[in-house]
Amino acid sequence: MHSNSAAAVGTSNAFHVEKGNYYYGSVLAVRDVFLEIPEKKITAFIGPSGCGKSTVLRCFNRLNDLIPSARVEGKITYRGVDIYDKSVDATELRRRIGMVFQKPNPFPKSIYENVAYGARINGYKGDMDVLVERALRGSALWDEVKDKLKDSGLSISGGQQQRLCIARAIAIEPEVLLMDEPCSALDPISTLRVEELMQELKKHYTIIIVTHNMQQASRVSDMTAFYNAQATDKGGKMGYLVEYAPTQTIFNNPSQVATQDYVSGRFG
Amino acid sequence: MTATGPKAFIPDEGIAPDEFEPNLVGRYKLDKVFAYASWAATIIGLVVLAFLLISTFADGLPRLGSSFLTSFPSRNAGRAGIASALAGTVWLLLITAAFAFPIGVGTGIYLQEFATDSWFAKMVEVNISNLAAVPSIIYGLLGLMVFVRILEPITGGRSVLAGGLTLALLILPVIIVATRETLKAIPDSLRIAGMALGSTRWQVVRDHVLPLALPGILTGTILGLSRAIGETAPLIVIGAQTFVPFLPTGLRSSFSALPIQIFNWTSRPQEAFHANAAAASIVLLVVLVSMNAVAIYLRNRFQQNR
Amino acid sequence: MTDSYLPPEHSSANLWQPNRVASKRSQAIVKFIFGSFAVLSIFTTLGIVATLIVETIKFFSQVSLVQFLFDNQWTPLFSEPHYGIFVLISATFLTSLIALLVAVPLGLLAAVCLSEYAPRNVRAWLKPALEILAGVPTVVFGFFALLIVTPILKTFIPGLQTFNGLSAGLILGIALLPTIASLSEDAIFAVPQDLRQGSYALGATKRETVTDVVLPAALSGIVAAIILGVARAVGETMIVTLAAGQNPTLTLDPRVPIQTMTSFIVQVAGGDVPVGTLKYDTLFAVGMTLFVITLLLNILSFWFVRKFQEKYE
Repeated sequence: MHSNSAAAVGTSNAFHVEKGNYYYGSVLAVRDVFLEIPEKKITAFIGPSGCGKSTVLRCFNRLNDLIPSARVEGKITYRGVDIYDKSVDATELRRRIGMVFQKPNPFPKSIYENVAYGARINGYKGDMDVLVERALRGSALWDEVKDKLKDSGLSISGGQQQRLCIARAIAIEPEVLLMDEPCSALDPISTLRVEELMQELKKHYTIIIVTHNMQQASRVSDMTAFYNAQATDKGGKMGYLVEYAPTQTIFNNPSQVATQDYVSGRFG
Repeated sequence: MTATGPKAFIPDEGIAPDEFEPNLVGRYKLDKVFAYASWAATIIGLVVLAFLLISTFADGLPRLGSSFLTSFPSRNAGRAGIASALAGTVWLLLITAAFAFPIGVGTGIYLQEFATDSWFAKMVEVNISNLAAVPSIIYGLLGLMVFVRILEPITGGRSVLAGGLTLALLILPVIIVATRETLKAIPDSLRIAGMALGSTRWQVVRDHVLPLALPGILTGTILGLSRAIGETAPLIVIGAQTFVPFLPTGLRSSFSALPIQIFNWTSRPQEAFHANAAAASIVLLVVLVSMNAVAIYLRNRFQQNR
Repeated sequence: MTDSYLPPEHSSANLWQPNRVASKRSQAIVKFIFGSFAVLSIFTTLGIVATLIVETIKFFSQVSLVQFLFDNQWTPLFSEPHYGIFVLISATFLTSLIALLVAVPLGLLAAVCLSEYAPRNVRAWLKPALEILAGVPTVVFGFFALLIVTPILKTFIPGLQTFNGLSAGLILGIALLPTIASLSEDAIFAVPQDLRQGSYALGATKRETVTDVVLPAALSGIVAAIILGVARAVGETMIVTLAAGQNPTLTLDPRVPIQTMTSFIVQVAGGDVPVGTLKYDTLFAVGMTLFVITLLLNILSFWFVRKFQEKYE
C-alpha cells in the first residue's frame, strides 16, 4: 500500500491518507486506510455495500463533521496540509473540494440560482452570468437548458438534474470533485453522458468516484481502491482497504485473492 | 485569497481563486446571531408558557382542596366548588367519546380500506380537511340549530346530550385523520397475506389490521377528546349553564362544564372568584395534560414497535 | 360452494366448509354502516352551511347588505341598532395581527431550532412538551391574559385599559406558537438530508443552508402552518372574549376595549336570546362572515400547497 501510486500514473499527489480509522460513536466503521490520491486523475473506490467507501469519501471534504458521532483517526492531508487540523476551516475546505451525490439533489430554486448559489454565498466577485454559463457548458447541460434558466431545478429529467448538480459543484471552481455513486440513480444513456463528462472534467480536476459498478470503474478510472467488509462480533460490518493500485492492475492482475474474486464477479 | 477569516492553509492552485471573497468571519458572525435567535425564540415561548402555568398554580393552589371538588357553585367565592362542572365535563367526555369514536374510526376505515381512490372518498377527504379548519364557535351555532332546536324532542334542548353531540362533531375530523394515518402506515403486505388465505377485506381489517392500528387510533382519539373537554365557545353558544347547583341527572339534563365555570369566574369582577378560576384551571390542566401524556406515550411506543 | 366455477378440489374438500355467503354479507353490512358514517361528515358541512344560510337570509331580509358592509357602528342590542360588521372585523383583524406578529417569527425560529439546532435528545422531549402546551385550553390563556398579563402591561403602557386588544393579541400569539412551531417543524424536518449536504458541500455555513435551502424547500408546509395559524387566530374565541372586552369600536388602537366577531357571538348566545328575533339572526350573520373568512383562508392554503409543494423522493 505504500507504493507511490502517484508516480505510477505520472503526477503529484492531492490527498494522502495515513492509517485512517473511521468511527461512528464507538463503532469502528472503516480501519487502516492508506491512500495517495493523484492530482488530475480519476480514482475509483469499489467494493461491496457496507465496506465504508462512502465514509472515506466524505472525509475528504469533512462532510462527516455533520454527523455528531462521526470521528476520524489518523492523518488526511491535502497538498501536504492536515485537513482535520484546527487551522483548517471546513466551510472553506468544502468550497475548494466539490461534491456530487448519489441521488440528484438540486435545490428548490431555478436552474440559474442552483448554479449561482455556491458562488454567491462564497462572495464571487466576477460576472455571475458568465460563471453560470461556463459551469453549465462544463457539465454539458448548457444547450439543453439555456432557454429555461428560470425554470425550477426540479423540473428537468433525472440525468439532467445530476449534470446540474455537477455544474453547481464546478461553479465554485473547486480543485477536487468527490462523486458518491453519481450514476446509481440514472438510466444507461444518462450514465454514459456523465462518464464522458468525467473524462472532460479530469483535465481540470482531481476526481474521486465511489461506484458500485465495476465496469464503470474500469472504464473511467486511472487508479482503483478496492474495499471489503468483514462481519464484526457485534453483528455489524467493518470496512477495510484491501488493495489500491492502477486500475489496469486491479482488474487484470490484482495481488490479493479477494480482489480477484470481487472483480471477476465471484462475490459482492 | 484575501486574508479574511480562519484561513485554510492549503496551498492554492485554484483556477481563479482571487474571484472569491468568502468573508468567513462575517458569515460565521451571522450564523451565531441566527442560532442565538432561534434558541431565544424557543426559550421565550417556553418561559411564557411556564410563567402561565406557575402563576395559575400560585393563584389557584391555595383554593384547591377536597371541598372545592365536591361543592356546588355559590355566590360566596370561598364556599363555591366545581362539583357540577366536573361532573358535566365527565358526562360530556363520555357522550362525545361514545359518538365520535365509532363514527370517526368507521369513517377512517371506510376511507382507507374500502373506498380508496373513489370520487366519494376524495370528496369526503377534502370535506374533512375543510371541517378541521372551521372555528369551534361555528360548531356551536350548528349545535344550537340542529341539536338544541330541531332535535329538541330527543335531546331536551340545552342539554348535556346536545353538548356532547356538538363536541363529537367538532372532533370527528381529528379522529378520522388519525385513523387514516395509522391505517396508511400499516404495510400492504399484511393485507395481501390475509387475502391470500381467503379472507374477505373486512376479515383482514378486523383480525389483522385493526389490532395493529389500535394504539395509533387511540392516540388520535385521546388527543381529540382532550381538545373537546377544553372547548368553551361551542358550549356557551348551545347554552351551557354557569350556575348549576346539581349533578346531571340524565342525558337531557342541563349542565355546566369546567371551562364554562372558569370562564364565568374569570369574568367576574371580585378577586375571590379569580382564585377559584385558577384552581379550576389547575384541575382542567391536570386532566388534559395526563390525557395528552397518555396519548403521546402510546404513540411513541407504537412508533418504536414498528 | 355452488357458485364457484373453479374445478373440483382434492378429496378432503368436504372438511372445508367456509361460509362464504355469511362472510360476504357481514362485509357488505360493515361497508354500508361505515360508508354512512362517512356520509355524516358531508352532512356536517351541509348542516353548517344550511344553518348559517337560512338564518343569514332572515337577517338580510331586515338589514340591508349595504348597511352591513358600510355602517361604521355595531350596536345590534341598542334600541336604535346599527349593523356595521367592519367594526367587529377590525377588532378580529387587530387581535389576529398582533397574535401573528408574535407567533409567526417566534414559531418559525423555534421550529428551526428544534429541527436544525437542538441536539436529538433535546428535541425528543421538547417537541412533545410543545405539543402538550398546544393542548392548553384557550379559556386558561384568557384567564392569564386578563388577570396576569394586562396588570403587568399596565405598569408601563400608559392608557392601557383593563380590556384591550394588546394583551389579548399577545397571548393569542403565545397560544398559537406551539401549533405553528410544531407544524413548521414537521415540514422542515422532512426536508431530505441530501439537500442539506448538497449545500454544505458547496461551502455554505449552517445558517446559509437553513435560510437559503432548507426553508425554501419546506415553504409549502410552513405557509400551510401559518395559514392555519391565521384561521385559528380569526376563529379563536375565549382569549379575546375575556381579555379584549365586549365593546364594539371601530379602531386599531390596541389599548382600548374592542369586540371581535367571536366575542360578539359569545356575548349574545350566552344571554339566552329568544329564537326568531333579529338579535338571534344577527348571531348567524356574524357566524357566516367568520365562516366565509376561514373558508377563504383554507382554500388559499390548499392552493398554495398544491402550487408550491416540491416533490422529493
